[in-house]
Amino acid sequence: MNEIPLSHVMILSSALFFLGVYGFFSRRNLITILMSIELILNSVNINFVAFNKYLYPGTLDGVFFTLFIIIVAAAEVSLSIAIIINLYRKFKAVDVDQTTTMKY
Amino acid sequence: MSAEAILFYGMSAIVLTFACLCVFTRRIFRAAVYLLATLIGVAGIYMLMDMNFVAALQIMIYVGGIVVLIIFSIFLTHNTGRRLPLQKRSFRLVSLGLPLIAFFLVIYVLLQHPFASDYITVASSLDVKEIGMQLFDYKTTGYIFPFEMVSILLLAALVGSIVIAQKSK
Repeated sequence: MNEIPLSHVMILSSALFFLGVYGFFSRRNLITILMSIELILNSVNINFVAFNKYLYPGTLDGVFFTLFIIIVAAAEVSLSIAIIINLYRKFKAVDVDQTTTMKY
Repeated sequence: MSAEAILFYGMSAIVLTFACLCVFTRRIFRAAVYLLATLIGVAGIYMLMDMNFVAALQIMIYVGGIVVLIIFSIFLTHNTGRRLPLQKRSFRLVSLGLPLIAFFLVIYVLLQHPFASDYITVASSLDVKEIGMQLFDYKTTGYIFPFEMVSILLLAALVGSIVIAQKSK
């Protein structure tokens, strides 16, 4: 990795981030929205690891942040899958425009 | 160009291609499989940066846990043969245009920003002993408190997902 500038890693992670944002905007299905959130979290993880590697090689703070993000993402996914399955039992659908009980 | 650079750019191309496919496909099961490929590619990028521990964690938790969970929930809630419905054209254009504008803005700012060092200057490798020493150190760096908080969070998520997903009588 001695030849790759930091900005190229940043470009990769920002492209991944905005792909996730596009998926978050354009999807109606709750599970695909969840997948887009995973893409966004992954791009943030790449950023943390790259900053740690390039700018602060003496410490490991970026690695710890990545670790905590991965753990929180696992907890978040397990909870949201439970919510989605419960919603499917109630409405027989997992689209955001059909599950409108709490709208008003 | 060295082998590492070729590997990095190839891996980034794989990651971005599969992320595009994951976001643009209209079959939900394929989206999950493309997400799997994206996450494995990200693990490869960590490995290129000598962050083997993070790569192993990524493979274990994301690929082995999260994607499997997502695929299970897809099979529980979807007829996987059917395609997802398309949005309205104007909506799709707006939701493609806004991130695109923001992306070019970010690239513009990024390429002008002077980083302290644009290349790796000090070679550093990541061994598990060092991770343990810095993670559980409570004198200077100190991540022991977030560590305990995360364990409470995991317990809460475990109990909460069981309670939410169980059948109400």
